[in-house]
Order: sequence, then structure tokens, then C-alpha cells
Amino acid sequence: MANVMLEVRELTTKYITRFRENVYAVDHVSLKVEEGKSLGIAGESGCGKSTLALSLMGYYFPPLHYTSGEIIIDGRNISGMKPDDIRKSVLGTEIAYIPQAAMNALNPTQKVINFIEDVIQAHDPYKTKAEIYDLARSFFETLGLPAEVLQKYPVELSGGMKQRTVIAISVILFPKVLIADEPSSALDVTSQKMVIKMLRDLMENGYIKSMIFITHELPLLYNVTDDIMVMYAGQIVEKGAAKQAVFDPLHPYAKGLMGSIIVPESGLRDVKLTAIPGVPPNLKNPPSGCRFAERCKYVRPECRATSIPLYELEDGRAYRCILSEKDLRKAYQNG
Amino acid sequence: MADVKDLVFKAVGLTKVFGFGRRKTVAVDHIDLELFKGEVISIVGESGSGKTTLAKMLLGLINPTEGDIYFMGEKRDISTHKKKQEYWKNIQAIFQDPFSSYNIFNKIDDVLLDCIHMRGGRKLPRAEKVKLMSEACSFVNLKFEELTNKYPFELSGGQMQRLMIARIFLLKPKILLADEPTSMIDACSRATILDMLMRLRNETGMTVIFITHDIGLAYYVSDKVYIMEHGKFVEFGSADEVILNPKEPYTQRLINDVPKIYEEWDLTTV
Repeated sequence: MANVMLEVRELTTKYITRFRENVYAVDHVSLKVEEGKSLGIAGESGCGKSTLALSLMGYYFPPLHYTSGEIIIDGRNISGMKPDDIRKSVLGTEIAYIPQAAMNALNPTQKVINFIEDVIQAHDPYKTKAEIYDLARSFFETLGLPAEVLQKYPVELSGGMKQRTVIAISVILFPKVLIADEPSSALDVTSQKMVIKMLRDLMENGYIKSMIFITHELPLLYNVTDDIMVMYAGQIVEKGAAKQAVFDPLHPYAKGLMGSIIVPESGLRDVKLTAIPGVPPNLKNPPSGCRFAERCKYVRPECRATSIPLYELEDGRAYRCILSEKDLRKAYQNG
Repeated sequence: MADVKDLVFKAVGLTKVFGFGRRKTVAVDHIDLELFKGEVISIVGESGSGKTTLAKMLLGLINPTEGDIYFMGEKRDISTHKKKQEYWKNIQAIFQDPFSSYNIFNKIDDVLLDCIHMRGGRKLPRAEKVKLMSEACSFVNLKFEELTNKYPFELSGGQMQRLMIARIFLLKPKILLADEPTSMIDACSRATILDMLMRLRNETGMTVIFITHDIGLAYYVSDKVYIMEHGKFVEFGSADEVILNPKEPYTQRLINDVPKIYEEWDLTTV
């Protein structure tokens, strides 16, 4: 049994709108990431993927508020900690977070080395600039980034290079968990591949112990992560190994999602893409029963009656549907 | 090979040069393009390959530095505003960003009414116009009753993009130019949009040009694929030929870099 790097138990967080309405964007989410593993989170826009990523850091600022649940990083519970303590002892060293538009976050008036000095000196004020430069230089070289980048301003770098630089800066303290929220969605395919290669190198060399990867691009998720979790309306609806989740999904929503994959491979043109009609429910007043019932092809009257628990199967898979595994497979076979 | 009669659009030696002297940039470099009736083609290229410049020239938004464009067998003439308006009845576009495609001061009714007026329906009775508009909205799974008296920004991105298709449904142009129509919406809604566009193509027999960097999408929708690099077509042909069996090293690299699910994604060749 490998070390569990990140464990989340029944985490619930909410947004409080200016009309004092509670929007539960992450609703009783539990997950576990072991050392050396990566977890992918898929789902439509507005399903709570990015909110989950923010919540996992344990660092909340309005309108996002913590409600209940536990976040345990390598045996240490961070869920009740004060924001200041989180910043001092969790962010950067335990958890690193790469937001969606990370490469635009670089201050254009600072050189890349200055960001690194900032990060390192915030945690170790006695390190000299020369030491930091040597450390950064050797770290960049192991990642395949040219050392000249350190002396450049962000505007001098290309988009892909900027993104890789941001990732390198964010992991320079060797965090235990890296949360990457759509790190490659603004890049073209070649730069995307470079970013993914770098993330994989980081994992293999042990600079980061585990990774959570968020994207709505399923082929990418399939290639990057070991496990995939599908979110819908703030809840987990499907969890399983990447191969199972992509080729043999159980939940009807996951099934619909996997039916919309477009890859340039032979056989694609014969496949009819399946689209899921409708939009996700408004989370201000979510439906009482299954949240996917409105859009589900296989909906039954009892789906709308009670909320549906996440059924765990023996091989680590889980799905949130009232139908049994056998019934679901039968339904998919009949189309 | 399609009949010459079906030739809708032809471009010969199309070139666009920005700047001059040392700062000269050749964005589009002597491109030849032939479009037949009812055909779906894709122009695929990375950022900076000149896709959008080419699109703008086809639409008549910018003038080519060199080269000729023939439309319906005749040389395209857009020298005056009136002629331009006439030309735009036949060629329409869907852009990447649905949020900036609309005039924010116009209500949705006006957006659709404009299209009816452009097709010469200005004198139609009000009831007839409403019927046409609701027909267009139901084609794209929107409810016209819910949209009246709303402004475009009250819709979601996917709804806006669908409204864009409703416009095309009313206008029935001969050529539709779709410039990255699905890059701003997520993977699930993408299938819906593509499905609607293909249905519209089958109904009206228009020619569709997809401009995209998504090779999977290009392969899925189009009959012909053109791969563009530095303002030139490096490879073109039928979709199966180009995507499954690429000849040029550039195309091979491009296709290699896309994550796949059935084949191994080779990360060593970066």
C-alpha cells in the first residue's frame, strides 16, 4: 500500500451570492490520491471542477466558503487552518496550484528569476540570491528549460514557454500535490505536448509526489492520468481507472461525455457523436433526486424521488446511479 | 471530380502581405482554392499560420495584395458598399467568440429580423416573420418565446453560438465560413453544434469551410482537409488520405502531437 498523499473526506464548499443564497458547488466529494499517482477530473463547464481545485487548497476567500469535510495531506489535516497558516505552511510546499490562465499571471516588469527568489525567500529568508540562482538553474536544466529563461522578462517568452516556466516556478519547493487546472487549454498541440511531457517528467523524477489534473478534453486526460473522476453538478458521478472510465463508463452522464470524444483516428467518421441535450441544473436549488435525471435517457420515476448515493464497486470504481451495473450495461447495449 | 458547374468559389494565387521592407510579413502566400457546391472543407493550421487572414480575405473584410477571387464563375466585385452587401448575402461566417459576435445594443429579435430583411422579407406580415424566426430557433433547440426581448449577453456561450446557426438558417448563404466555431465551448456542447451545422448543410446544400486547429474535428466533419503552414497549403486532399496517411513531415508532426485514445501517444518526440 503506497502512501496516501491527498485524502479528501466528504468535502463540501459553497458560494454565498450577494443575495445570501448558498450555492453548493462541491457537494460531499471524497477522493484519495496515492504517491506517484495522478487523478483526472472531467466534466462540463459549470460542474464544479475548478471550484473543487480551489477548495482542495484549504484556502478560501469570499464568495467561496468552507462548509464541512476534511482535507488530509500526507497525514496532516489542513481543513480547519487559518488562511495565514495555510499560506505559510501549505501553499507551495504541500500543495501547488496552477490556475487556468497561469501564464498571464506573471508580472511583466519582473524577470523570471525574481519570481523564484520571491517564492523561495518567502519560505527560507536566509537563502542568498546566488544560492537561489544556482538552484533554479539546475532545476530548470533538469526539466529541459534553457537557463537563459531565468534572466528574461515574461513578454520575451512564447506562450508554451511561459506556461512551462510558471509550472516550474510553482513546483520549485517540491510540493506533495500539484493541482493543474486546464494547464494546456490555451496552447496549440505542440506546446500542449511539451507541457504534458514536463508534468510527466516532474512525476517520474519525484519532484511532485502526486497530481490532480483538470480538463474537459478527455483524450488528453486519458493519456495523462491514472484515474479519472467525472463530476456533474458538484457531485462525483463516476470514478475509476482511466481505461475503464473512457472505454467502459457506467454512469449515463459519463457515457454521454465519452461519446463526444473526437480524435483523429480511423473509425471516427463512422461513429455518431452523441450529444447530451440540455444544460446542468442550477445549483441554487438543485433537484432533490438524481441531478442528472432531467437530461438522462434512461430516467425512471424513482430517480427523482431520493438523492442517490455513490455506489462503490470492489475494483475501486464508483458510480452514482439508481440502476445496477448489469442494468446499465444492458441499457447501453440496446442503445 | 465534381462538375465545373458546381464550382461555387475559386481563388487563384491569393496573397496577403503585411508591412513592407524589412518588416514584411507574408501572411498568406499564393494560395489556390476551389470550392464546390455542398462540400465541407477544413483548413487546419497552428496559430500564426495565416488561417484567419485567409478567412478575412474570403469574406471580403480585407483586400488581398495579389490574386483573384471568382465567385459563381464571375470575378468577385466588392468595390462599393452595395456590392459588398450583395456579396455577404452569399457568404456568411460564424466566429470563434460568440460573445463578441453580436451588437450588444440589439435585441435578439432584431438579430433575427435583420436576417429576414436581408433575404428580402422586409414586406412580410409580422405573423409570418415570427413564424420564420421561431422555426429558425426550434431548428437549433432554442425557444423563440423565451428569447424575445432579451439581449445577447443574457444567453450562455453555447446558446449564442446556436443563435448564430439560427441566423445562418434564415440567411441560407451559399458559403458558410466557420472560424473555430467550437473552440470556446466545451467538448459536450461541441457535438451538438457540429450536428446542427451538418444538418443545415444537408438541408440547404451550402458549402462549409471550417477553420480550426482541432485535427480531430477537421477529420470528423470534412470531405477535404487543407493543412496550412506559414501561409501555404503544405498538404491537401481527402480527409482520410491526409489525416490517416500524411505524407508531409509537418502534417505527420501535427497529427502525432494530438492525444489519442486507441493508439499510444508518443511523448518522447517533443
